[in-house]
Amino acid sequence: MERKEWPLWEVFIRSRNGLDHKHCGSVHAPDAGMALQSARDVYTRRQEGVSIWVVRADHIHASDPDAKPEMFDPADDKIYRHPTFYKLPDEVDHM
Amino acid sequence: MYTQAIDLPNQQPEDAKRGPTALENAAYQEEFNAKLARGDFIEAKDWMPEAYRKTLIRQISQHAHSEIVGMLPEGNWITRAPTLKRKSILLAKVQDEGGHGLYLYAAAETLGVSRDELVEALHAGKAKYSSIFNYPTLTWADIGVIGWLVDGAAIMNQIPLCRCSYGPYARAMVRVCKEESFHQRQGFDLLLALMRGNGAQREMVQHATNRWWWPVLMMFGPHDSESQHGEQSAKWGIKRISNDDLRQKFIDAAVPQAKVLGITLPDPELNWNDARGHYDHGEIDWAEFWNVVNGNGPCNRERLAARVKAWEDGAWVRAAALAYTRKQELKTQAAAA
Repeated sequence: MERKEWPLWEVFIRSRNGLDHKHCGSVHAPDAGMALQSARDVYTRRQEGVSIWVVRADHIHASDPDAKPEMFDPADDKIYRHPTFYKLPDEVDHM
Repeated sequence: MYTQAIDLPNQQPEDAKRGPTALENAAYQEEFNAKLARGDFIEAKDWMPEAYRKTLIRQISQHAHSEIVGMLPEGNWITRAPTLKRKSILLAKVQDEGGHGLYLYAAAETLGVSRDELVEALHAGKAKYSSIFNYPTLTWADIGVIGWLVDGAAIMNQIPLCRCSYGPYARAMVRVCKEESFHQRQGFDLLLALMRGNGAQREMVQHATNRWWWPVLMMFGPHDSESQHGEQSAKWGIKRISNDDLRQKFIDAAVPQAKVLGITLPDPELNWNDARGHYDHGEIDWAEFWNVVNGNGPCNRERLAARVKAWEDGAWVRAAALAYTRKQELKTQAAAA
């Protein structure tokens, strides 16, 4: 199959050391080197980053949006996993 | 932007890029309505009505095309900027416009349309872009007025879009708005410098303002009573403030700014109305607006021709880069075998 459009890459940027890489957008590029170069030009023109990851978009596997209930609802009835579930006496409530 | 081509489970590879499910479904529709009512965002892979998807593709791609075509009138002055400082600023600004176009194309692509299709629609004259970029930049003062008024109007339009219901578009707009403020301020700064110059320079600013003021007011689109898409877009949370309200907001902000500059806005009917708490203004020449929208403005043909030429002249570069990548892939495979 003739592939004419450059593939899509998702761009993740660490804004400074100590923070996670965060998804910020995407670029089209023929290879990883040019994807990094484009990501730098498009997403870090104002000191937004100290490190960039690019990943071919078709290499990312995502959960199915239609499967949200079975994926995430089981957490809804487990409120005992949160510290606020436990009511302690006032003297020790800030532990 | 935002993972439009990601591989969903149980999908054939050729389905991966197709985008959100278009199937009309009453239960999904109800869920979609509830999300909008709660003020939740719709994300790329969520179900959405086909008309919502089409409206977004039209609006986001028009917006992207406007950014890219908008590079042309200003690019016209890069080599003629009066100082190295102004040249650096203008280069940075035009580069930003290119970046804004890319954020927006990527947001449109999340809706299941390819970049090439979008570009082809522009080049075939099927997709519109903002009518403002079909006016020429005749003097250096035009560059200042574009920053002050054109980008000022764009900011008025774009700030409410940061809260629009479609997540990828809203996030792109947050990024755009952050950068747009630099564009407006550098324009005003450029005009202030000219206004502190000699009589000819001040006159240049006045002339440029006279030429741009009315086309800028047209950027907000037809009156609400005439607006084709307004009501539905408001229901969908794509448009939060109406054309006329945004235009009024812009005029109210621009009048005091013009006073600071020391220029006159070219509208004899522009007067403060105490009862309304707003400036009244004269009627816009809608015949001119539709003429430019329909392809007959001063620069429509030139702008489109420049875009098509850039695309065609760059074809061999795009092909060569892909050919190189394929060669490298073959080499890697051969080495691994």
